[in-house]
Amino acid sequence: MPSDELNKKVAEEDADKLASSGMDLSEKTRSASFLQQDSQVEFRRSLFDGVEIMGTNEALEKYPEAREYYGKAFRSLGREYPADTEGGYFIRVRKGKAVELPIQACLLLKRQGFKQKVHNIVIIEEGARAYLITGCSASKAADEGFHLGISEFFVQKGAYLNFTMIHTWKEDVTVKPMGIALVEEGATYISNYVCMKPVKEITMYPTAVLQGKGARASFNSLVLSHPNSLQDIGSRIIFRADDTQGEMIARAVSLGGRMIARGQLKAEAERVKAHLECRGLIISREGTVEAIPELDTNYRDVDMSHEAAIGKISREEIEYLSARGMSVEEAQSVIVRGFMDVDILGLPDILKKEIESLEEKSLKGSM
Amino acid sequence: MLEIKKLFVNIGGKPILNGINLSIKKGEVVILFGPNGSGKSTLIKTIAGFSGYSVTGGSITLNGKSVLEIPTEARVRHGLGIMFQHPPVIRGVKLQQIARYLCKDEAKIDDLAGKLSLKGHLARDVNFGFSGGEMKRSELFQLMLQNPDMLLLDEPESGVDLENISIMGKVLDKYLKQEGKSALIITHTGYILDYVKATRGCVMIDGRFWCAGDPKEMFRNIRSKGYEHCKVCECPQTN
Repeated sequence: MPSDELNKKVAEEDADKLASSGMDLSEKTRSASFLQQDSQVEFRRSLFDGVEIMGTNEALEKYPEAREYYGKAFRSLGREYPADTEGGYFIRVRKGKAVELPIQACLLLKRQGFKQKVHNIVIIEEGARAYLITGCSASKAADEGFHLGISEFFVQKGAYLNFTMIHTWKEDVTVKPMGIALVEEGATYISNYVCMKPVKEITMYPTAVLQGKGARASFNSLVLSHPNSLQDIGSRIIFRADDTQGEMIARAVSLGGRMIARGQLKAEAERVKAHLECRGLIISREGTVEAIPELDTNYRDVDMSHEAAIGKISREEIEYLSARGMSVEEAQSVIVRGFMDVDILGLPDILKKEIESLEEKSLKGSM
Repeated sequence: MLEIKKLFVNIGGKPILNGINLSIKKGEVVILFGPNGSGKSTLIKTIAGFSGYSVTGGSITLNGKSVLEIPTEARVRHGLGIMFQHPPVIRGVKLQQIARYLCKDEAKIDDLAGKLSLKGHLARDVNFGFSGGEMKRSELFQLMLQNPDMLLLDEPESGVDLENISIMGKVLDKYLKQEGKSALIITHTGYILDYVKATRGCVMIDGRFWCAGDPKEMFRNIRSKGYEHCKVCECPQTN
């Protein structure tokens, strides 16, 4: 049964910040938890039989096979990755286990100016099913900092992983996540990204490789871009097996920041079905949103499409809601909240409600 | 209730309404006829206070108070309710969300949604993928929940099949029979006249009122002789 142990590990001043990054410090609605502050693993516990959770370093010592997974996804694409990492989480869901309550992991920047570099490994074994929510955040004291997160996901045959990453950084934090997911036959990988708070700079371009027949992947993102922020956020799906499917849905709202939404669908097999949709809303005159979609294939029997639309809130929409009694500000906020539709993330009710409430709070504070 | 005097309105510098006088008392229902482009929708949108309609002369008062200087939502608080001819799609904003904003009584929302066959639409993005009839039923649904005293209905039956017109007509008729409810209704097809007991009709041509009278009789004449006849008709302007 959950107790108050995770809560005790978190400084009082950080509790709200972590809650707004999707962490349930009571663990009542979670099946496993992990907390790392700067380079130190502070807490890890599994409450569900079949879910292993620990620091990556500990896993590398404990399990010989963990070493095989370490870097495997990057090697499969011939890509290099920084080796000077400290910590990160290792999560494994055992074969056939269906974990209904989400697993949670949090990476907190605690000290001012700290450079956090982590290497995460997530393995969802054959036929298993899990939701993973990770919160990356900066403590009250860490106004300035750097976070590099390397993540490797192995979604094995027929498995399902819904991974939701919530970023709540600060104005002077620079962030570079690097992620690769290898998705096997009949498996599904859903990657959601939510960023509602200011940040100095985020550059990320996670990749999913569909390497087994019938595999699926989707990348969904909800990003609010604040003044003086630069968010270069993209995702890539490489379809290496026949009959694979992929989707990307991005919603970006610029309150004054610069947002670049990239997306690449690369089909290297037959009968691939893929769609990319990017919609941007610009609220402030200073804000910019650039959508850069790419479709790439040498195969004929594929069905790939993209649509991108960027604009401001239409006058008709505001007037429609004003005619129902809302002020312009109220109408604008309702439209933006609607635009940042949490439904696109395909979350179970419990997480959906949590994220809606985080979004509500973030938008209230920024618009 | 609604009093419009010598109203002149420009859109983008071009005069559209040229000295409109209109008075709608509590409990009255006025039907507005007129050819396309005559200024009917402009009149409704100007009363609603939408942007782009610049009033260059005259006055609009609602319950004795001038509304020209106040925004749409304040006019709504004064009892105005607007049904859109072409309501916009707002992605991510559910019909239910708007319904809950307009009315705190869940049982009432549920009951009315049932009556207007909209239960399945509550969880959908407002107007997204709605058919013509669904859109108009959703507009009426929102208006009924809002419970305004002065309804502005811009072609409530356009794009709606006869079955839907009947559903809507009955709901609207019941609503307008309540104490103190008034309406200004634009119609092209006249179908709404079969359901709603209108006090009088007016014809607008080139941004002016040309005649007023019994709405059913006027509609018969318009159908048989066309709007051109209204111009030569010597009916006095008895708004």
